[in-house]
Amino acid sequence: MGLLTFKGGVHPYDGKELSKEKPIQAVLPKGELVYPLSQHIGAPAKPVVEKGERVLVGQKIAEAGGFVSAPIHASVSGTVKTIEPRLTTSGAMVNAIVIENDDQYETVEYHPAESLEALTKEEILKRIQEGGVVGMGGAGFPTHVKLSPKEPDKIEYVLVNGAECEPYLTSDYRRILEEPEKVVGGLKCMLKLFDNAQGFICIEDNKPDCIKKMEEMVKNESRIQVKPLQTKYPQGAERCLINATTGREINSSMLPADAGCVVDNIDTVVAIYKSVMLGQPLMHRIVTVTGNAIANPCNFSVCTGTSMECLIEEAGGLKETPKKVIAGGPMMGMTLFHLNVPTVKTSGAILCLTNDDVSEQPETACINCGRCVSACPERLLPSRLATFANHNQLDMFEAYDGVECVECGCCSYICPAKRPLTQSIRSMRKIALANRKKPK
Amino acid sequence: MNELLHVSSSPHVRSKVNTSNIMLMVVIALMPATIFGIINFGPKALLLVLISVATCVLSEGVYEHFMHKPVTVRDYSAVITGLLLALNLPVGVPWWMPIIGGVFAIIIVKQLFGGLGQNFMNPALAGRCFLLISFTGLMTDFSVEKGAWGLVDTVSGATPLAAVKAGESVDVMRMFLGNTQGTIGETSVIAILIGAIFLLAVKVIDLRIPLTYIVTFLVFIILFGGHGFDLEFIGAHLCGGGLMLGAWFMATDYVTTPITKKGQIVYGIILGILTGLFRIFGGSAEGVSYAIIFSNLLIPIIERFTRPTAFGKGGKK
Repeated sequence: MGLLTFKGGVHPYDGKELSKEKPIQAVLPKGELVYPLSQHIGAPAKPVVEKGERVLVGQKIAEAGGFVSAPIHASVSGTVKTIEPRLTTSGAMVNAIVIENDDQYETVEYHPAESLEALTKEEILKRIQEGGVVGMGGAGFPTHVKLSPKEPDKIEYVLVNGAECEPYLTSDYRRILEEPEKVVGGLKCMLKLFDNAQGFICIEDNKPDCIKKMEEMVKNESRIQVKPLQTKYPQGAERCLINATTGREINSSMLPADAGCVVDNIDTVVAIYKSVMLGQPLMHRIVTVTGNAIANPCNFSVCTGTSMECLIEEAGGLKETPKKVIAGGPMMGMTLFHLNVPTVKTSGAILCLTNDDVSEQPETACINCGRCVSACPERLLPSRLATFANHNQLDMFEAYDGVECVECGCCSYICPAKRPLTQSIRSMRKIALANRKKPK
Repeated sequence: MNELLHVSSSPHVRSKVNTSNIMLMVVIALMPATIFGIINFGPKALLLVLISVATCVLSEGVYEHFMHKPVTVRDYSAVITGLLLALNLPVGVPWWMPIIGGVFAIIIVKQLFGGLGQNFMNPALAGRCFLLISFTGLMTDFSVEKGAWGLVDTVSGATPLAAVKAGESVDVMRMFLGNTQGTIGETSVIAILIGAIFLLAVKVIDLRIPLTYIVTFLVFIILFGGHGFDLEFIGAHLCGGGLMLGAWFMATDYVTTPITKKGQIVYGIILGILTGLFRIFGGSAEGVSYAIIFSNLLIPIIERFTRPTAFGKGGKK
């Protein structure tokens, strides 16, 4: 059987061997923890605690600022030190609640569900919303919104995204190996919401042990299947994943629900399980700390709010001076200029590299080779779009469907002339999207 | 940490393939044809190749130096132009011929339009056609001196394709191997194919353009060649002239091909039809060079009409 896949894509060096074999280790944070109020798509959360107040593990410290928003919970016990703007991974200063850890880990009382059967759909959604669950693959879209489409009966597929196509990342890999029952449990919660849906657990074939493990876990589940995927970047991008597993296509003006799909990443599904079944809010996530500058690459279970500097120290520190530190994977992650930024719900990895491919290879002239066109999973003409962007030709950029770009980075990666295609397209796309939102 | 961290927009990794190593692959792929040409036609061929490559590299370097542009001779693109130009010359031309052709190709066709990536037609072929028009006699004299060092059959003075056009019979096997008259690099189909297979294997080119070109041309000559399905005639047309060198090495030049996949197929079909037209109905036996540079000019139009539909936009909005 041919493996499921999409058209286009690239095969970057995956670097997963650095941290693949390292079991998940819990890291206890020291000092202060920082919780930016905006670590999801949508309205920022509103603080419900005051300076000087003592909080417990699992206590809600900020409530959702609207329907498309998510509450934030403390991951340690301690006192609220301050609420002030702090530097985040994106480089922006964002209002954040700062908590001084008292190392007591005194916990609020959780309210586990008796059984999934006993919960109504509304209760499940409520628990997910209250648990502050957001898409942990990177976008941070509030999960309860995603799971409340207009017509839940039309959802035919619930896809669990275990592709982990970003190089270097191994957090989903470890999660599937170590806690497969939670993944299946979370998926069951989601399937309960959609009566007509099939559950697919999608895993790239570079993780055969995960595929095997999952297949064993679900062999008695009539509504769940494991879908092995071809290893290729960006297999885990939402549109590519939907295309690979169901053959359906969506564009920038559609939601996965329009194609009858709901996609959530492995960590998110586990967070759903924890909030629905155990009553625990989202306050931990797995972070891969890796790269050739890290002494001892690791997979950590991290309290949100822990500073990235602290995680690097936990991983044995730096064995060489890094040139580049990236929050996330090398294809779509954001570079950091300062390491004292907090881990948030969407931080999947910290990658420290001793070399910087981008500055080492100067840009040269486009030779029209068409590699970007072959690699583009959105079937665009990246080299043309980048030229339109550089010439500020918004009309041409839109005519050539520039807004369809998902900024996966394949074109920049593959370009033999080393042109920063994704960067040019991204900046123009921002303008185009802003114009789209303006009332006409 | 004393050193500052680098920041940039994602992605933060780049593939190892760069322009220079792609171009170097093409140079390597041209070696079998070049070496065969030198063995076939003798030391004069080597001299022409060297002069041509040196001219192209020098004119590129000197122009860029005086125009205060970054000197890009290290990307091997000028080497390829020089090689292809030499491979498209008959061995009997005087030594100054590749100098004129090389300067024209690099300065007029490539640099004046903006350098690498901006030339609107293949520089080597534009150089060749320029010489062909300016020095028709010298450029179409394929006779080789008797007793010349080399494998080439010195008995007949005409190229096999001209012989076919004149209604004579030719030895197709000989054309496949290459010890016949022609330009330095075009005679040996086998040497060209070895290079082409290498380029396919290292994924510098794909089959889309060469295959549609050759197949379209085949269909054209079967339909309009006047010989129907005559194997000798078809074989001679396939192996003769610059078809193989053109289809595998010059029609696939990145800069002068459409960037869209559909466009590449359209381009291949147009090339096949034009080559057929020029060869069967034109005045000269050969038509590949003109077909390619003419099709080069059609690329903007081809691209406009073959733009791919964005993912998820098939038909509906």
